[in-house]
Amino acid sequence: MKKVLTLPIREEDIEALHAGDVVYVTGSIATGRDDVHRRVTAEGMDSPFDLHGGVIFHAGPIVREGEVDQLISVGPTSSIRMEAFQAQFIAKTGVRLIIGKGGMGPATAEACQKYKAVHCVAMGGCAVSAAGQVEAIEGCFWRELGMPECMWILRVREFGPLVVSIDAHGGDLFAATRAQAAARRGTCQEPVEDSVKDYMTVE
Amino acid sequence: MTRDEAQSRMADVMERFLTLACRRLPDDVYEKLQECRDAETSPLQRVVYESYFENLALAQKLDRPCCQDTGLPHFYIRCGADFPFIGAVEDALRDAVRRATVSSPLRPNAVDFFTERNTGDNTGERMPWLHWDILPEGSDLQICVYFAGAGCSLPGRAQVFKPADGYGAIVKFVFEAVSGLALNACPPLIVGVGLGHNIENAGVLSKMACLRPLGTSHPHPKGAKLERDLLAGLNGLGVGAQGLPGERIAMAVHVESSARHTATIAAAVNVSCYTHRRGFITFHADMSCEQSSYKGVTL
Repeated sequence: MKKVLTLPIREEDIEALHAGDVVYVTGSIATGRDDVHRRVTAEGMDSPFDLHGGVIFHAGPIVREGEVDQLISVGPTSSIRMEAFQAQFIAKTGVRLIIGKGGMGPATAEACQKYKAVHCVAMGGCAVSAAGQVEAIEGCFWRELGMPECMWILRVREFGPLVVSIDAHGGDLFAATRAQAAARRGTCQEPVEDSVKDYMTVE
Repeated sequence: MTRDEAQSRMADVMERFLTLACRRLPDDVYEKLQECRDAETSPLQRVVYESYFENLALAQKLDRPCCQDTGLPHFYIRCGADFPFIGAVEDALRDAVRRATVSSPLRPNAVDFFTERNTGDNTGERMPWLHWDILPEGSDLQICVYFAGAGCSLPGRAQVFKPADGYGAIVKFVFEAVSGLALNACPPLIVGVGLGHNIENAGVLSKMACLRPLGTSHPHPKGAKLERDLLAGLNGLGVGAQGLPGERIAMAVHVESSARHTATIAAAVNVSCYTHRRGFITFHADMSCEQSSYKGVTL
């Protein structure tokens, strides 16, 4: 059965999630990437949209701008770019769910535990499917940042699949995958290094 | 045909070609992606690949860019010395990018340095990015279009090694790049390795390696073997699609090289995401053209 989180997300909803779970989300979510995170943290500005119990989606959509903005494609961007800001962003805004792509760093993982939040990954590159789960563009803030960087408010229904990558219990799927890759690296890399050890020899 | 007519014709065709190339994967990449899907067994990888193929089908059905990051437009051009409209090409491509940004639409991604303003139309200082190779013979203009997204640009790196470091340094460098940030770059990846004598020549070659059709290999047997060995090694890391646990982090490893300085070994790594939006198109001297990346599609 589909596990659907409906906004606002409560602390107990977060407690129930574990790295590797597949979930969907319903409600009004905000996009925000490098510039939004920098404004809310380093530049000290307040988020123009209340994110308590809410979702920040690391994404920059394609929107056909007009009298009514039309969403064409939307999908996650690499979350690691927001690592420098994310912990402070969580603390300041009360956001519960971060949606992005790829892993994040230890500061975010720590903040997820401390403030009861999770990081999930949406499927990178699957931007048309994702746009189909957006019912409406409900607003746009900080448009001067440009289409990818400004904050779009999207009303989504059963948005996903999302894979929980960092939970509030210390679980971190990408850290685990990276650790496994690091552990295997020696056995994978050495044969290749071996195979080129005579390559400096003149033919 | 006048130069203006040629420019207008090229801009029209390239606007349509950009629109096509941001919507679907070239045939070789699509087939390789199917192969990678079939190599995965975990339930999580199945969820990912189902999403991949569903989205690609939906992008065609709804006639939309398959990924929201339509990147920055790069054009790698091979121009026969006798192609009659060389002077029209840059303006035509710039027009095509501007127009496709609105008509496709593409996401406006170009931000000029120092003004830090998004230009709004994907053109800007030295953008679109053009790379020219002049071929001594012939009158054809071959253009390779590539949408350079951010996720797969971020892991890119280049370094110059000493000869004492040997080819082993190259291997280590590739493993570092791919097992680091490239996990976030939407695997399965095409890993382009450029080998040369300094960072910019290795860098350009690493991009050319990414753009090479799948199924081709380095002309030297040792280069070709290095490609196969690197691919097998990287795919042993236990990383699959989306950087989640799985079997295939890479679709292919391609190596391109130039002669090196006797005293340096430069290596660059560039990766392309699974939505490898790269298309080849050729214009002839009479401005007729054909594309070779999408079977059954006429422009």
